[in-house]
Amino acid sequence: MNSSWPVLSTLIFFPLAASVLLVFIRRELAVRQVSLAVAFVQILLALPLLKFRLGYADFQFVELYSWIPHWNINYHIGIDGISFLMVLLTVLLLPFCVLCSWTYIGQRVKEFHICMLLMTAACIGVFVALDFVLFYIFWEVMLVPMFLLIAVWGGPEKKYASLKFFIYTLAGSTLLLVAIVAFYVAGGTFSIPELIAKDFSFRFQAWTFLAMALAFAIKVPMFPFHTWLPAAHVQAPTAGSVLLASVLLKMGTYGFIRFCLSMTPDASVYFAPLMIGISIASIIYGGLVALGQNDMKKLIAYSSVAHMGFVTLGIFVLNVRGLEGAVIQMINHGITTGALFMLVGAIYERSHSREIKDNMGIARFLPAYIFFFGLFSLSSLAFPGTNSFVGEALVLIGAFEHSLIIGLLAVPGALLAAAYMLRLLQKLAYGEPVVEKARQWKDLNFREWAYLLPLGVLVLYIGLAPTLALKTMTPSIEKVLGYIQASNDNITLEAEHQTSLAGLLEEKNLSLKE
Amino acid sequence: MVGLLSILFVQSISQRLKDKTEWVPYAAFAGAFIALFSFGQSDFMFYHSYKIDGLSQFFKFMIFLGLAICSANAIKNQSMGKANRADYFFFMFMSSFGLLLLSSTVELFTIYISLELASFSLYILLPLRNSDPRAVEGTIKYALFGAVATAIGLYGISYIIAGQHTTYIHALATMSWSFSEQPMALIGLGMFLLAFVYKLALFPFHFWAADVYQGASNETAAFAATLPKLGAIIVLVRLMAFNPGMEVKTMLAIFAALSMTIGNLAALNQRDIKRLLGYSSVSHAGFVMMGLVAGGSYGLAAASYYALVYMIMNLTIFWVITRLSDNGRNVYVNDLRGLYKSSPVLAFVLAVAAFALVGLPPTAGFTGKLFLLNSAWGEGFYWLVIVAAINTALAIYYYLNLVRHAYTLDQVVPAKINISPAGTSIAMALALGVLYLGLLPQNIFNLLLRAGNFLLY
Repeated sequence: MNSSWPVLSTLIFFPLAASVLLVFIRRELAVRQVSLAVAFVQILLALPLLKFRLGYADFQFVELYSWIPHWNINYHIGIDGISFLMVLLTVLLLPFCVLCSWTYIGQRVKEFHICMLLMTAACIGVFVALDFVLFYIFWEVMLVPMFLLIAVWGGPEKKYASLKFFIYTLAGSTLLLVAIVAFYVAGGTFSIPELIAKDFSFRFQAWTFLAMALAFAIKVPMFPFHTWLPAAHVQAPTAGSVLLASVLLKMGTYGFIRFCLSMTPDASVYFAPLMIGISIASIIYGGLVALGQNDMKKLIAYSSVAHMGFVTLGIFVLNVRGLEGAVIQMINHGITTGALFMLVGAIYERSHSREIKDNMGIARFLPAYIFFFGLFSLSSLAFPGTNSFVGEALVLIGAFEHSLIIGLLAVPGALLAAAYMLRLLQKLAYGEPVVEKARQWKDLNFREWAYLLPLGVLVLYIGLAPTLALKTMTPSIEKVLGYIQASNDNITLEAEHQTSLAGLLEEKNLSLKE
Repeated sequence: MVGLLSILFVQSISQRLKDKTEWVPYAAFAGAFIALFSFGQSDFMFYHSYKIDGLSQFFKFMIFLGLAICSANAIKNQSMGKANRADYFFFMFMSSFGLLLLSSTVELFTIYISLELASFSLYILLPLRNSDPRAVEGTIKYALFGAVATAIGLYGISYIIAGQHTTYIHALATMSWSFSEQPMALIGLGMFLLAFVYKLALFPFHFWAADVYQGASNETAAFAATLPKLGAIIVLVRLMAFNPGMEVKTMLAIFAALSMTIGNLAALNQRDIKRLLGYSSVSHAGFVMMGLVAGGSYGLAAASYYALVYMIMNLTIFWVITRLSDNGRNVYVNDLRGLYKSSPVLAFVLAVAAFALVGLPPTAGFTGKLFLLNSAWGEGFYWLVIVAAINTALAIYYYLNLVRHAYTLDQVVPAKINISPAGTSIAMALALGVLYLGLLPQNIFNLLLRAGNFLLY
């Protein structure tokens, strides 16, 4: 289905063009205003996407132009139900990011907003790319502005955190590139839909799955590749944290669904137990570490590890409920964690500290702030009626459907979430105020209301009426599971013949010797 | 070219015209245009030892382009007096002349002579720096090493003649190159390749690179780091076109892998940017070898494309370094601090060049690497591709360090860098060139593919 107006390209290139425009603007205020305007225009430009046809599993809004014919590389973009939601999330968050940096960022304002717009463009590009090389290009381009966001506007440890972030994520990506090249040589094309339709041998799938899974697992991040995340989060400025948590981490899980499950279904089934194990480890580990944090940003960063563990768990239980839950959780985590980071940023602007002990007992002085903090905390711990409840419940149902033991193993993660979030909320709201200055802090101003209220509405909307979101993605998810199903029938036969990974390694060595 | 050389020669021996060298870059640009227009032609000259085809003209175009940028870069060379300027350009052009011959010669002895012409001029060019002992040291290393390498190459030629009884490449291409049938010739070919591998600074012939770049003045290093490699690459492309046996290929693949790794590891710890680039060029040589090892029209085209990309991105980064260095001294990583404030344009150009050298999209470095990886994987060199990928991850650290210094740290450089509008515009043009080659490689790659096909059939 070719659309007449290239909606997706506009969404990618409009922020790019706007970032070039920003170069020529001198005054700081004007830069902020223009960025905000750009963010809202971006939302307007995304409106045509609402023509998205529900109940339709194929890619829509497809654009296809030849780019490097020799290698069969095309400029090929389009969206299905899953990427549609991701694009919406990215577009929606941009104005809030501009708003929450309004007073937080005081130096090199222009460059900051240029980086943010570049980030947005690259992130949208990742979610809509239907050509493997194009996908990889966006996937890598996004690192540069993010690196700069942390390295220039970050906290005291910014040098270490930004380098760690960059090297960690790029190291994973290089193997992804090898996998892409391998797919091209084996499949003769870089086109993602075509590659999905092809059948590869199990051995090939296993190796490419591992290469891709490593890249995505670092991005998500899954335990034990998560160490860059807390460092990056704690050092990044608020908007950087928001983009990082809400959009960047989703690329990893998106990659799992789009590439691992769709292109290497046999290997996905084969490695599912491993991935489920790592996911559960992420959930439990993230929760336990979050419980022990005294720095609010670190706490939320570790809670991200746990939440993303739920997402990967939902993906690899390989059933409809689990995947639906996973995609909903991707959206939810974007909204909720983004909002929590904004709230931490807001309190930091008042107290200049992110330590819990410096911000205790502020319910009396900042009632509106605590109201929002409470709302998003409840959402984070999956309280019924909030968005995360829907996602987490679906994931757990999926896990139980998969096997009783996995379901039981994942449940403590949900309890841990309640423990660390309520501990944070309780101290923040009703702890003994240590700082007398807290009396003079102003409650939320209009700007802060402007970015928290819409997010709060979204939390409740998805929590109370998730049908629309589910309707959007279910066809695409069923399609993905169709590949898994088809391979499941094969795999039962193959599994008996297939040796363990050690056997694979041996074969690999033999083939090299030949 | 000969005309240009004679004018420069006159200039260098006459007293009055000594410092009137502003016309040089324009002349080189003109040469680039001539090469561009002669693209479709193909002909033989000098008893079939000199062949004009798409590939040679493309490389000539590249060499002229590089020469134009290098000479523009050196116009205000800080590190020597006006007295030497004409000589400097004379030798620079002489060396390029050798490289131009090199890109067209298709007979082993002619290749050898062209190589020597290019090298000897370079030996003279390198120490031309204000009484700096390091320059002489680097040159001596280079010259001694080079002498040994060319001697080995010559020795290799004698083996090839003994085995195959001809020195014409088109005749050699039709012969058998398997070790079982022609052990002597194959050993000879390996030795002959080593002469060029040395030019390329591939492991284990890479030891000179860092010292030579560090010793030479910034302008000379920019020249020495880029153009001679093009000359080496084109000969390697011509030689690899006749698909030598798996033994030679595997040997070169191992060298390539070692080059990438050792070059990167050595670069991690460098503080002097030119040394850093010296080691990084060792690792890039490994990347180019990947395409040569893969062979076939795609592999050779990918290698040639990467050669072009390599030249442009290195010239870009050297351009920035030369602008930074106020009196021709060497630039250290710490000198980049706060560059962003003193010259946003240079900082941006540096960032583009550094990310291109890493191989991050959307720069040319990524596209070039992608082509190389594709061709090598297609030929079954899986392990080499994986080594290359891991090396990309290794290389991030030190290139990113340059960007980090330029963008995030506080200033130590003087508040303003004096850079002329022309200097700025060339810097921007180079950066845009890097991006252009990254985003729209199609046309140029097409040309190379066609040129490569000529060789193979």
